[in-house]
Amino acid sequence: MTPISMMVGVPRVVQGVKIVNPMGNEEMDPEAEQRLRRDIATGALHALQTDVKVPTLFDRHKA
Amino acid sequence: MASKKLRVVHYLNQFFGGWGGEEQAHRGPQIVDGPTGPGKAIQSLLAANGEIVATAICGDDYVGEKMNEAAAEIVQLIRRYEPDVVIAGPAFEAGRYGVACGAICKKIQETLNIPAVTGMYGENPGVNLFHKDVYIVQTGDSVRTMNEAITRMVNLALKLVAGHKIGKPAEDGYFPRGILVNEQSERSGAARAVAMLLDKLKGQPFEPEVLQPTHYPVSPAPRIKDLSTATIALVTDGGLVPAGNPDGIESRNATRFGGYGFKGSDSLTAADYDVNHSGYATVFACQNPNRLIPVDAMRELERDKTIGKLHERFYSTTGVATRLEMARQMGQAIAAELKSEGVSGAILTST
Repeated sequence: MTPISMMVGVPRVVQGVKIVNPMGNEEMDPEAEQRLRRDIATGALHALQTDVKVPTLFDRHKA
Repeated sequence: MASKKLRVVHYLNQFFGGWGGEEQAHRGPQIVDGPTGPGKAIQSLLAANGEIVATAICGDDYVGEKMNEAAAEIVQLIRRYEPDVVIAGPAFEAGRYGVACGAICKKIQETLNIPAVTGMYGENPGVNLFHKDVYIVQTGDSVRTMNEAITRMVNLALKLVAGHKIGKPAEDGYFPRGILVNEQSERSGAARAVAMLLDKLKGQPFEPEVLQPTHYPVSPAPRIKDLSTATIALVTDGGLVPAGNPDGIESRNATRFGGYGFKGSDSLTAADYDVNHSGYATVFACQNPNRLIPVDAMRELERDKTIGKLHERFYSTTGVATRLEMARQMGQAIAAELKSEGVSGAILTST
């Protein structure tokens, strides 16, 4: 759904996992899933520390 | 047309009312008998159908600086003349004048329960502010288009008072009010859509039957300079609510949101939450609410001092078939609460 976020003008966007599961993946074991969640959140925190002028897509980040 | 002569009150600003220019813009409202300035042309168009019994005049700054009070004051002056309809302007491209005309027409409708009509140029901020509440006819950007403007205003005013069916915006020359009207067509939707496409390909004008909503530009907030002292909040449109949905947030077309505390928790526990959203399969989010609101991961980042603090309350609504205007209002309300709670940045997860 990131193209929609960008189209409507969300300034900072990080791709989640799936629509039904933006911050998780039920196929992973719980520990690995929590690490994945932290990586996506860390990508979002990186985006929050970056100045943007137009809608911008950021990567996930290793914490 | 009705046999009774309609009583019309006209509204003008200091300039068209003959007081003068900007140096008179601070002056408060007055009302005089009969037509003034462009009102004389309106009177000749009304002919035997109606009479401009009075003209209310007020300075643009006076209205601009305390719009609600000024509009109420002007409506009280107008009320004494017992009008059947009020005509304001036209304001063309004059911003404060346009806003004043819109505010007064709206107040007239609400207070006196009679129709009111004004006219403006498309870029006039009064259009954006009042097109949903008031019939605003489309005019050119200057007084050169006065005749056309007042003709449209008078025709629309007469129709409204007579209770006649108002045509589409393009037919009667007013700005769309965002109202969807059902009507019968002899041609199927497919035939109409193809005809529209052919017109578009030929570069010919065509009129969509449903207007696309306007997207409001979002200006990016400045970056967070020091994350290690920042308070970060979590927000979602994925429909996460405490078990039992205490605020009754709708599962689609939401009009409400909630703020829910989780003070001291290292993680959100499935038993404490429901996911109330008719737009996606909620089973995985129900199994583990951290998949929507990642409290567990954010607590780790709080413990290792990547962030200063995780805000102890998340905000949630349901983002499916939600009207854009409603989403905008909820977003503004959530942002205002976050700001007042000292939050420096938010992560919004969307399904």
